[in-house]
Amino acid sequence: MKYNNIARLAAERPDFAAIAAWIPQGAAVLDLGCGNGSLLRFLKETRGVCGYGVEIRDLDIVACIANGVNVIQNDLESGLAEFESDSFDFVILSQTLQATRYTEALIHEMLRVGREGIVSFPNFGYWQNRVSVLFGNMPVSKELPYQWYDTPNVHLCTLHDFEAFCANHHVAVLERRVMTGEREARWLPNLLGSTAVYRFQRGI
Amino acid sequence: MSVSNSIGIVSAKRAQFDTPLVFRSAAVLPHYELVYETYGTLNADKSNAILICHALSGHHHVAGYYADDPRNIGWWDNMIGPGKPVDTDKFFVIGVNNLGGCHGSTGPSSIEPETGQPYGANFPVITVEDWVNSQARLADLLGIRQFAAVVGGSLGGMQALQWSLTFPERVRHVLAIATAPHLTAQNIAFNDVARSAILSDPNFHGGHFYRHNVVPTQGLRLARMLGHITYLSDDVMADKFGRELRDGKINYSYGIEFEIESYLRYQGDKFASYFDANTYLLMTKALDYFDPAHDYGGDLNKAFARAKADFLVISFTTDWRFSPERSHEIVQPLLRNRRNVSYAEITSTHGHDSFLLPHPHYFDVMRSYLDNVASECP
Repeated sequence: MKYNNIARLAAERPDFAAIAAWIPQGAAVLDLGCGNGSLLRFLKETRGVCGYGVEIRDLDIVACIANGVNVIQNDLESGLAEFESDSFDFVILSQTLQATRYTEALIHEMLRVGREGIVSFPNFGYWQNRVSVLFGNMPVSKELPYQWYDTPNVHLCTLHDFEAFCANHHVAVLERRVMTGEREARWLPNLLGSTAVYRFQRGI
Repeated sequence: MSVSNSIGIVSAKRAQFDTPLVFRSAAVLPHYELVYETYGTLNADKSNAILICHALSGHHHVAGYYADDPRNIGWWDNMIGPGKPVDTDKFFVIGVNNLGGCHGSTGPSSIEPETGQPYGANFPVITVEDWVNSQARLADLLGIRQFAAVVGGSLGGMQALQWSLTFPERVRHVLAIATAPHLTAQNIAFNDVARSAILSDPNFHGGHFYRHNVVPTQGLRLARMLGHITYLSDDVMADKFGRELRDGKINYSYGIEFEIESYLRYQGDKFASYFDANTYLLMTKALDYFDPAHDYGGDLNKAFARAKADFLVISFTTDWRFSPERSHEIVQPLLRNRRNVSYAEITSTHGHDSFLLPHPHYFDVMRSYLDNVASECP
C-alpha cells in the first residue's frame, strides 16, 4: 500500500524523484510551500529524512498532519525567522518559486537557513508555452494549469532567467535536472524541458 | 445542546494519596485526594490513555453529563466524545481536577487534617511542575506507564508541555493549545490586578474567610470580570455588545448602562457564586511561575532538550492573552531540538476563548493528528 503510494507519487511528480536523488539518507529538510506534504512524505519514506514543511493553507495543514509529516502554518514570505541559520541540510521550494512575491529575499533566506537550496519550477521557455504566446495566448497546461486572471504565478521564468538570476545574486548552481514528464530533457533543455529542478548553494 | 454524540452519563471518581507530595516551593502535602473522570476504555497494554489538563477555572468534568444533573455538561464536551476529535471510541480519556482546585480535589477549601479547619491560606503555593507530579501519581494508580497524549489549553497547555519535560518517557504526544512557554510581564500584570482585587476584599480575611462564614465575592467578581475581558477579542466584544444600551438611553449615572457592563457583571457574579478565591490566587500564581527555561539560564532550547514527545502546537489569530507569537516561542526550541512538531494557527474571532469553541479547521487539525496517534495504539 505504502509502496504503491510512493510509486504513484514518483510517476505523478517526476521532480520528486529528481529531488530525492540528491538527498542523502537522514538529511534535515525544510520544504517551503509544502502543500499536502506529499514530497516530505516521499522523502521520509524513501530517504528517512527529518523533515518540516511550511504552508499557509488550512486544508494543506490538515492534509500534512494526516500524511504524518511535520508542518508549520505560516506565510513563508513573512520570513523564515523561526528557523536558525544553517539549521537544515536542504531547503526545498518545490513548484512554489513562481508564486512567490519576494523571490530574491526568499532565495537568500533559503540559503541562510539551509546548507543547500533546491527549487523546482515550470519552465516558461518550454516550446509549448512559447507556441501559446506566439499564437497570442498565455499558456495553460499541466505544468501551468491556471488562467491568466486566476493564477498564483507572479514570477514565471525560463531556465536562462533563473541561471542569470543565480549568477547575479551570488548563488552557485551545483546541479540541474530538466524534465518533460518523466523523461529527462538533455538536449535544448530551455526549449524542450517543461520542469526544471536546481540544487544550489551560497556563491562566493 | 445536542447530546447525540455525547459520551453520555459520567460520574466522578476519587483517588486518595498518602505518599507526601513535595512541592517545588519545598512545602509538603502529606495526604491529598484527586477527583477525576474517565471516558472510553483503557486498552490491554494501557497505551491509549489521554490526559486532559484544565485551565484556570476548569475541572475534571470534561465531557458527558451527570445522571442527576443532565444540564451539567463537561467543559470540553464539543471536543471529547464518541467520534469527536478526542475520540472516546479510540482513547481512554482522563479529566482531573488539579490539586488546589475547588471542585473536589484537595484544595484551600478542604479540611486540613492537622487543624480540622479549611486550609485557606495554609494551602501551599503550587506550580505547574507540582501538578504534573500529582497527575503522574494518578497515572500510576490507573496503571498507565505512558500517555498516548497529554492535551491542554492555556494553563492546561503549560501542564502538557511540562509533562514532556518532567516525564519525557511517559508521554508520546503533547497537544499544547493557546498557551505560552512563560507569561509576559503584561500577562503577569493582569493576574496581579486580579489577585489584588481578591486580596483587598474585606471578606478575604487573609485567606481564612471560611472561618468567618463569608466569601470575598466582590474581589472574586472583579478578578473574573478583568479576566473575562482578556479572554475575548476586541472584535467579538464589538460584535456582541457594541455600544448597546440596556435601557436604550443614557442615564447619566454609575449604574449598568452598556450591555457589556451587564454581561461582565453577570459573568463575574456567576463565577463568584461557585469558585473559590484561594484557588483563583493559586491558579494565577501557577501561571506566573511557569517558566521551564528558568532552570536553564533562560534558554528554552536547553529546557526542551530532554523532551522526547511529538508535539502539536495550536494558536488562535485573535488571542491576545496567549498570542500566536507565544506559540512560535514554543515551536522554535522544538525545531532546534529536532522534535516532531506541527503548528496550526487558527483564524478565529473569539480571542483566547477560541480554544474552547468548535471551529472547523481547529477540529480538523485535532482530529487528523489524534487519528494518527490512535493508529499507533494497538
